[in-house]
Amino acid sequence: MKSVRTRDLALTAPAVLYLALFMIAPLLLMLYVSTLERAPFGGVLWDTHTSVAYEKLLFERDFAGKLSFNGDYIAIFARSFRLAAITTLLTLVVSVPTALYMTTVSRRRAAFILFLVTVPFWTNLLVRNFAWILILRNGGALDQGLQWLGLTKQSLDILYTPLATGIGLTYSFLPFMILPTYVALERIDKRLIEAAFDLGATRRRVLSRVVLPLAMPGILAGAILVFIPCLGAYVSPELLGGGKSMMIGNLVQSQFGASRNWPFGAALALMLVAVLLLTLLVWRLVQARMARRQP
Amino acid sequence: MSRERNLLSGRGNAVIAVLALVFLYSPIVTLVALSFNENELTTIWSGFSWKWYATVIDNDAILRATKNSLIVATIATLLATSVATAAALGVARSSSTHRGTVEGLLSLPLLVPEIVSAVALLVLFVLSGIPLGLLSVTLAHTVFCIPFAYYPIRSRLAGLDPVLIEAAADLYAPPWQRFVRIELPLLSPGIFAGALLSFISSLGDFVITYFVAGPGATTLPVYIFGMIRTGVTPEVNALSAIFLLASVALITIAFLVTKRVADAARTRPAP
Repeated sequence: MKSVRTRDLALTAPAVLYLALFMIAPLLLMLYVSTLERAPFGGVLWDTHTSVAYEKLLFERDFAGKLSFNGDYIAIFARSFRLAAITTLLTLVVSVPTALYMTTVSRRRAAFILFLVTVPFWTNLLVRNFAWILILRNGGALDQGLQWLGLTKQSLDILYTPLATGIGLTYSFLPFMILPTYVALERIDKRLIEAAFDLGATRRRVLSRVVLPLAMPGILAGAILVFIPCLGAYVSPELLGGGKSMMIGNLVQSQFGASRNWPFGAALALMLVAVLLLTLLVWRLVQARMARRQP
Repeated sequence: MSRERNLLSGRGNAVIAVLALVFLYSPIVTLVALSFNENELTTIWSGFSWKWYATVIDNDAILRATKNSLIVATIATLLATSVATAAALGVARSSSTHRGTVEGLLSLPLLVPEIVSAVALLVLFVLSGIPLGLLSVTLAHTVFCIPFAYYPIRSRLAGLDPVLIEAAADLYAPPWQRFVRIELPLLSPGIFAGALLSFISSLGDFVITYFVAGPGATTLPVYIFGMIRTGVTPEVNALSAIFLLASVALITIAFLVTKRVADAARTRPAP
């Protein structure tokens, strides 16, 4: 193996050092904090190590010091998983037809649609989610529109429910799904599609047997790009979800904010990272299997 | 239009594509429209008015928050772009292991959920005694600005013809001059795009800033969040609309620059 030149090492050193200091070190520090004991009035006791923070994920300790099972936090993890999965599915259902449409129009128009899809992604996430409050709240734009059309009489009561969080998440991450799906569809060798039609396949069959299998790596890449930020989402559930649809991100925040339980907050944050790493690992395995199956 | 394009097109796809765009833009349109609502109650339309924009401009706290946002975004962008440019040049001709390690590290800020980075940085700042203020916000923003700056520069560098550098070397240009006269000008569209993307993401960041800002360093998104929390007034709509339009303008510039460069590359004769 060729050794790395000093010049190249020197050029990459600032970036590597910066991220080591402000990305890796803080994560390691979190690992350390998660093993500490919480001080009586917030903060941590630096010299007592315990596994209390991790116990708290599953168990509750009563006054007598007895442990009993507590499913509250697991329920929040499960809800986050569910919301992330539903969001991923929804973005998928919208993205595949949209991306298919983009491959059937002229290159110029496809580029323009691509631009339109990208712009919301770069605008402020907080502001975009706030805009949904204006639409979804009682007497908001959606209610007014539906009542004007005579479809409903009363408010829909959507804001501050998991449904509102789902809408916010789908909205926030839809561009992440459309872009890779489009790129994957555009890359397909068009002669394969022609050949399938020439051999008498119907449009539906060409889609399900040729187009979608060939685009699957890109679609899966989009799915992971949506799923990962969804699982750790903070803004959408905070603004749109209300108390009943708390997600992992909000739980972590509350431990560093109101509850002032740093060790537990650190343990929760690390669990989130662990779950994400596991998801990525599964994704890699699926990808590798698909790559082996295709010539 | 080729035959296969026609064969795959279905009316259903077009309908869903249009609906997707409507879905993406309806909140933005609603927000901008309501920012012109004269009525104090944001839900009842009673007439067109610029008055909420006037209150935004008159609000000193908003002015201060805007100033903070611009200071942080400018410094974080300069820092991140220089570090990212150096890194992109460093991996360009390096071994794939070296590149893999560097790029793996660079992608971490985009992979780790913002909320995790936020609390981790908070713990780091509190423990290392760095006061929570503009300095801590700038240091934190630089972390996620580095990958945003890096990828456009890297892809521009990958598209460059190495012959140009070799030619300069053959003509006895010293390394420093080769860099300043040849590489840097050729890279500049990538650097510009990268800097703009860092600037936009720094301006827009809420979660990380919210944790590491402390009371004195409120940025615009943190201020907007506070306004939403205390009750939605039409003033938030006006401020958000200004913010939205400013980011749309910035991203359009970035898009046009990258497109012009790509078009120029396409018309250049192949070597």
